[in-house]
Amino acid sequence: MKKWLLATLAVGTLLAVAGCSAAAPTPSASPTKDSLSGSITVFAAASLTKTFGTLVTKFEAEHPGVTVVTSFAGSADLVAQITAGAPADVFASADTKNMAKVSTLVGTPVNFATNVLEIAVPPSNPARIATFADLAKPGVKTVICAPAVPCGAAAAALETAAGVTLTPVSEENAVTDVLGKVSSGEADAGLVYVTDVRGAGPAVKGITFPESGAAVNTYPIATVKASANGKVAKAFVDYVIGKVGRSVLAAAGFGAP
Amino acid sequence: MIVIAIVGAAFVLLPLVAMTTRVNWGGFLALVTSESSVAALVLSLRTSIAATVLCVLFGVPMALMLARTTFAGQRIVRTIVLLPLVLPPVIGGIALLAAFGRQGLLGRPLELLGISVAFSTVAVVIAQTFVALPFLVLSLEGALRLAGTRYEAVAATLGARPTTVLRRITLPLVLPALLSGTVLSFARALGEFGATLTFAGSLQGVTRTLPLEIYLQRETNPDAAVALSLVLVVVSLVVVALTLRTAPGARARFAA
Repeated sequence: MKKWLLATLAVGTLLAVAGCSAAAPTPSASPTKDSLSGSITVFAAASLTKTFGTLVTKFEAEHPGVTVVTSFAGSADLVAQITAGAPADVFASADTKNMAKVSTLVGTPVNFATNVLEIAVPPSNPARIATFADLAKPGVKTVICAPAVPCGAAAAALETAAGVTLTPVSEENAVTDVLGKVSSGEADAGLVYVTDVRGAGPAVKGITFPESGAAVNTYPIATVKASANGKVAKAFVDYVIGKVGRSVLAAAGFGAP
Repeated sequence: MIVIAIVGAAFVLLPLVAMTTRVNWGGFLALVTSESSVAALVLSLRTSIAATVLCVLFGVPMALMLARTTFAGQRIVRTIVLLPLVLPPVIGGIALLAAFGRQGLLGRPLELLGISVAFSTVAVVIAQTFVALPFLVLSLEGALRLAGTRYEAVAATLGARPTTVLRRITLPLVLPALLSGTVLSFARALGEFGATLTFAGSLQGVTRTLPLEIYLQRETNPDAAVALSLVLVVVSLVVVALTLRTAPGARARFAA
């Protein structure tokens, strides 16, 4: 009897712990000016962390009855989670390819931003990089993303466009890892997004190059069909593609779709 | 009690069994023998063996110093030596960068001498040795303490020189523990991920070990990631089984 009780308790604890991560905070039922209320969960690409953080704060201020929970990760990870039934109401991907993978689970996606690659170098620019071709010079330690991830696919497209073959010393899994290798001075140069350079502040120096237009990443956003609060989800998507969203994204370096 | 133990065992077993249900058996061989997979496996084995050799080379004297001598600050030294055991590997990677990176404490002078550790296979071995060394030191020091100094003392009174005592008495006495410690360090080196990713980078055939390859494959080819994971699970199982086989031997020896 006692054994069973303990076992039940153990299983119960496990379930409770598992439940915690899934449970979204319930907003206090306060009177609202508009008809929107409740909570939504926004899944967004890691490169949107800063801008979407700002947008969520603004959105919540305009709609006091609404709580927005955010989850930032690589687009491919988010796709895997949504496919597995994660409770997302809105999905913003860093590329159209990943959005296409969940096309049956989401509403019609709207492109809301673009991003291009830029060369990031340590502030002192030790390898004196000035052009895209400089990245392939012997002795230059260049770091890019692996071709399997969106920023690596973009880098490969640039190589083709520029007719330059890079021999990187490392192919990282995420653009943030590339940025880290550059800002720490490990690498002489890296290919990251314009927005990453701007977000890193004085830690890295950005070098633009004319070939960058050959690989433009388009960011689509969509509501998730299974959303329990489709009205708020739709409102948030409209907010991101609207005037406020546009200006916040532009300030971070994102281009217009 | 029994029920709780069963729940606990199931908790460990279930995810591993569940993973095997995700394996695409039809394409298994093709997935694990692809060029990048083989490159990662070969690199992993090469670096892990090198790291294990380094662990034995440094770890045996360290364990002997900790178990057989007393010196000021010994407790602090032991704590620091064992730290990588509990430290998140990413932090290990950041610390290694600070030491051996191009802008690092040791890395900068080395760079001036024309030796570059960054982004090389050497960096992978350093990262693996850093995280695996405590396993060898810990198991060997414990065995040395348990074995006691009686036999060594007798050998010394019979005229054996310190090197002879070490070679003929001490090391044979703790050989099973040395073996299991070696196997454990090898396993830890094989599974190393965080410190390698942070410190060494990721390039096929140079720094992209099996765990890094699995992490990357997951982005585009989940089937390959699962298949490679299974390979690593099997290797780990063999390693643990080997350790368990040597461990009882160790106890029997101490009892004798």
